[in-house]
Formats: sequence, structure tokens, C-alpha cells
Amino acid sequence: MRKILFESLVTDPLTERPPSPDDAAIAELAAAVDRAARRRLGRSLAIREVDAGSCNGCELEIHALNNAFYDLERFGIRFVASPRHADVLLVTGPVTKNMREALERTYRATPDPKWVVAVGDCAVDGGIFAGSYACVGGVAAAVPVDLRIRGCPPTPTAILKGLLALLDASAAKNPERSSKAGR
Amino acid sequence: MATLIETISKGRKVESHRPWPRFTVDAGTWNAVAARLADGQATLAGLWGADDDVHMAVVDAADKALAVVSLDCPQGTFPSVGRVHPPAIRLERAIADLFGLLPEDAPDVRPWLDHGRWGVRHLLGRRVDVADAPVDYPFLGAEGESLHQIPVGPVHAGIIEPGHFRFTANGETVVRLEERLGYVHKGIEALAAGADIAHAAKLAGRTSGDSTVAYTLAYARAVEAALSVAVTPRAVWLRALMAELERLANHFGDVGAVCNDAAFTLAHAHFGILRESVLRVADDCFGHRLMRDCVVPGGVAIGLDDEGAASIRVLVAELGRRFPALVELYDNTASVKDRTFGTGVLSQALARQFGAGGFVGRASGRDVDARRWPGYPPYDELEFKVPVLSTGDVNARVWVRIQEIDQSLSLIGQILDRLPAGAARVEVPRGSGEGLGLVEGFRGDILVWVRLGGGRVERCHLRDPSWFQWPLLEAVIEGNIVADFPLCNKSFNCSYSGHDL
Repeated sequence: MRKILFESLVTDPLTERPPSPDDAAIAELAAAVDRAARRRLGRSLAIREVDAGSCNGCELEIHALNNAFYDLERFGIRFVASPRHADVLLVTGPVTKNMREALERTYRATPDPKWVVAVGDCAVDGGIFAGSYACVGGVAAAVPVDLRIRGCPPTPTAILKGLLALLDASAAKNPERSSKAGR
Repeated sequence: MATLIETISKGRKVESHRPWPRFTVDAGTWNAVAARLADGQATLAGLWGADDDVHMAVVDAADKALAVVSLDCPQGTFPSVGRVHPPAIRLERAIADLFGLLPEDAPDVRPWLDHGRWGVRHLLGRRVDVADAPVDYPFLGAEGESLHQIPVGPVHAGIIEPGHFRFTANGETVVRLEERLGYVHKGIEALAAGADIAHAAKLAGRTSGDSTVAYTLAYARAVEAALSVAVTPRAVWLRALMAELERLANHFGDVGAVCNDAAFTLAHAHFGILRESVLRVADDCFGHRLMRDCVVPGGVAIGLDDEGAASIRVLVAELGRRFPALVELYDNTASVKDRTFGTGVLSQALARQFGAGGFVGRASGRDVDARRWPGYPPYDELEFKVPVLSTGDVNARVWVRIQEIDQSLSLIGQILDRLPAGAARVEVPRGSGEGLGLVEGFRGDILVWVRLGGGRVERCHLRDPSWFQWPLLEAVIEGNIVADFPLCNKSFNCSYSGHDL
């Protein structure tokens, strides 16, 4: 163990430069985030992930956000265990009918202000499972969606871009907040 | 004593079924096969419905034969296999939900995949439209003083798939765990029915996202068997290359995740780096981090150039250099071993009865691997060992993975050394027939059965290895403490999506 720890001290971190926030996502979010919410959250987001019927491919890539290359927590974004601690619901899957109620209850348990991010093609519109007797067909059919990140599954970089856009929309360039902080 | 094939060959052989035989039998023979399963002479490899028939894939332990037996159910009922052989119970409940075919005298008649939310019942068979209303689901009881229940899920605390676990505990000790699954049932088999062959391949590749290569490979092999398509040598070897990369990535992820559940984040971080480096090379070589839709009926959708092959060699060398130090880190950290050693022990008898595949079975003494038997190319030309351990605890399941990582690294090297040149894809003709594919995914053997007609899929059944592993998780947690459940669960790493379909 000592050798591995020492190696970490003398080698450069693997963590990569952050990607620029996704332009399309910024546009979509501008409407969703009001100033009051920005004031309350600052540059910090707590995320509750909800699998609403994904094939688990999206979960693998969301997991990857926590690895040394992407290191999500350096941006002030972290995953939390309870929806009651969350600002954001990160929802994957086409919303199976068997999961619809659980998703709705998770949404209701999340305090305002809150945002819902639909991750992956299935979450956006049902994807390949659209039209199935067992699927509602997209997160928006069950709860309001603020941001959509496409891909099957979206790469960690794509998810990161979307989340950074959400962070920017909820915090940055807020004159009211920065003037208060300056006092 | 008659062999399996002698027993079932009293029935009518279905000539269009390849590569293993299928026999349509009467109820007497069906029961005789069930009795073979019950007394351990055979292992259940699958049990599924199609229209008004039920089908059972069986592997004979003695003569190493694999066959499918089918029973026509004009009255909508069939003799329950679960009555004498518990591993069949959940499969029968799924058949009842999806087809309306009822197992006679079944020990458990509660619905399984159907939670009453579809607005329809028995969609794939005897369809009935019903109102959307949640079904009343009584959990099994546990009696005694000072027992309490802990309901968990379907939404779990981590980034994992949904399912419900009902623990009954005495203090910290788990007395009974009962799983309730089906939350991620997407209706994959209904979507595949009537789809063209290429579209159904996409569905197969989204049955369990972590096994997308193995699923598309099993599906492609089933289709190719049904239509007697011979793929090119290069395609065969490229498929194996992708399958081993997938196994590597998942095993790295799993070993790291077990460490994480024992709060050993250092190892988790390092294994996460190895996993990510595999995915990145896969992305560079095949255009997708998980290699989704890369294996297709007829071959592979994307080739590998010299530059790609070279980058995989660099990857293998780098992993071979870094992995041993991490194994040592796991093995020499007493606080982690204290959690994994002797925890969640799966008995060899249960593993054998359920025919558990993958690291779950191999950590409990089952010397099985679909790559070796029934086998498929190119593994017959490759050298690899199938690690088998006997202690059956969390540590053994971790160690089987560790040894399989070494084997996969060696296999990838061998494949790159001998990768044949030439075309990597052939045309798949329109045709009819039935095919069975059995492929070793990272989690165990994946079985895919297809019935094709006029270039389309009439029926497709996808059986995840988790069907025979989930019930065992209930058994191994008994007598362990609640806090060790995440470790047991992660060491099994069953697929919710692959199981729920």
C-alpha cells in the first residue's frame, strides 16, 4: 500500500481538464433556473440518481463520473443517498410502468427548487423501448424535465457537460450573489 | 438408466432447430426430465414460453448433452417443474405473467414480473386487457420473537438498478431476505417479436448494458445457427476480442466496487482507473466505450485497424504491469479481508442445484464455462484456464474475478497474435428456422433462443445468468449481518435489467 500511495504523490493526477459546458444545455436551462434558486444553491449540486428502467449502461457511465479521470466532486457536484437531500434528480431509462410510481414518489420527496435531468436516449423519449406495453416512454411523461442528455449511453464527458451547464445556470454570473459575497 | 437424449427422443424431433436438438414431448416425458433435474442428473439452462408452448433447455451432467424439450399446452397449463426443482419457480411465474400458461401444482403462484401496472396481462400469449392497479403482493413470512422487517428499494441509495429487498432481521442478523424484482421490465421480448433481425440485435444489446457484447454475440450465434450462416474467421476472433475486453472492464469494476462497499476507497479508485482505461481503448478501436451494437448477425459492424490492435497491446501490457500490485493491495489489507472472508457463503450443493454460472458458480466449486463447454470458436484454439474455488464466500467470488482477469489478459494477447485477415461481415439471408446461442458473459452463461420466419424474428427469448443467481443471494445472506448485504450483493452483481427483461 505504501508504494501505491507514494506513487500517487510523485505522479501527476489523472484528472482531466473540465469540458466546456454544453451550449445547447445552457439554452435549455436558461428558462428552467430562476434567480431565487441560484441564490440558494450557489455552486453546489446534490444529485439523486434514479434508474427508471435503464439497461444499466447509463449507470455505468454515471459511475464513471466519480473516477479519477472525471472526478465530479471537484465541481461541487455530488451524489446523495436520499431524494430529500437532493437538488437534482438524474433519471435514466424509458420509465417502466413498474417504476413510474417510485419515480413520482422520489420526485415528490425532493425539496424545491429541484431539477430533473433525463440521461440517455431512453430517458429522453423512450428510445428503443418506446411504444412498449411496459414503458411510459421517457421521463417527461412522468415528471417535468429540465435538461436532456442524449446518448446510448451518453459518455461521461457528455453527462459532465450537461451538469456543468446546470451548475452555471444555477450559480454563475449572478450579480446579486457576487455583490453579497463581496461584502 | 437412460441418458437425457434417450429420455427425450421419445418425442418428435424439430428438424429446423440448430445447433442442439429440440424435441416436442408429452407431459410424461416432460415430467421425466423434471425428475432428472430434481435428482441432480441434469441442470436447468432455461425455461420459457412461446405462443401456447413451454420450452425447457437442459444440460445433462453425465453425458454433457444440451437439448431443448417442448410441451404443447392447449389447455393453458403445464406440469410445474418448480414443484420438484426450485430453480424453475421464478421462470414459471414469469411464463404465467407473460403468456398466461399456468404451471400445475406450482409451489408459488404469486405474479413475478407483472406488478399490475401494464393495463394488460399475458401480452405474449393469452392476452387479457385489465385496469391498471397494483397487485397485492404478500411477502413470505418469518416467525419468532423480536423480528423486525427492513424494506429496501426499489429506489436504492447508490447508483444502482431498482429492485425491492425485504429483510427480516433479529437485531443485526438477517433471518430472511426476500427479493421482489420486475421493476425494470421493459417488454423486450414483445418488442423483439415481429422485429427484423437487425433491430432485434439492438434490443438484445440493451438487455443488460454491462453485457452488451455477450448478449449481441449470443443473439448473433442463435440467428446464425437458425439460418446456417458461417461467419468469417476474422469476425469470430474480433468478437472474442471484444468479449474479453468487456469481461476485463466489468471485473475491474466489480472488484473495485466490492472494495468500495468495505469502505476501501483507495482500491476502488485504482480499479476504477483500470476499468476506464479499458473503456477508452474500446472507444478508440470500436467507436463505443461499451462496444454496443458492434457484434451483429453475420459478423462485426466495425473492424480493427493496425493502430487499434497496437493500442490494445499497449493497454494489455499496462494492465499487466499495474494489476498485480492492486491484487496485493486487496489481499494484504486485513481490514478488507476481514469483511470479505467467510461472508455470504454459497454452499456447493445450492450452486450445483441452481446451475449457477459465472463467478458465483465457480467460487462454489462449479467447474463450468460456456467458452469451454459447450464451447464456441475461437476458444477451442485458445489456451485458458477456468478458475474454480470452493469456499464460496465474497472473497472467493473476488478471487475468481482476479484470476479471470489474468486469463482474459492472456486471451487478448493470444487473439491479437493470431487475428486472421479478411472480411469481418457476411450477408445474413432472409430465412426461417430456430436457433440457440449460449455464450459466456462476464457474469455467466447467457442463453438466447430465436424462432425466425421470413427474415423476421417471430420469438426471441433472452435468459440472463442472473435468473439462477438472484435466488442464491437470498440464501447466502441468511445468518449474516445486514451491513454485509452490500458486500454480498456486489460480489454477486446480478443484473436487474437482464433478469426483468
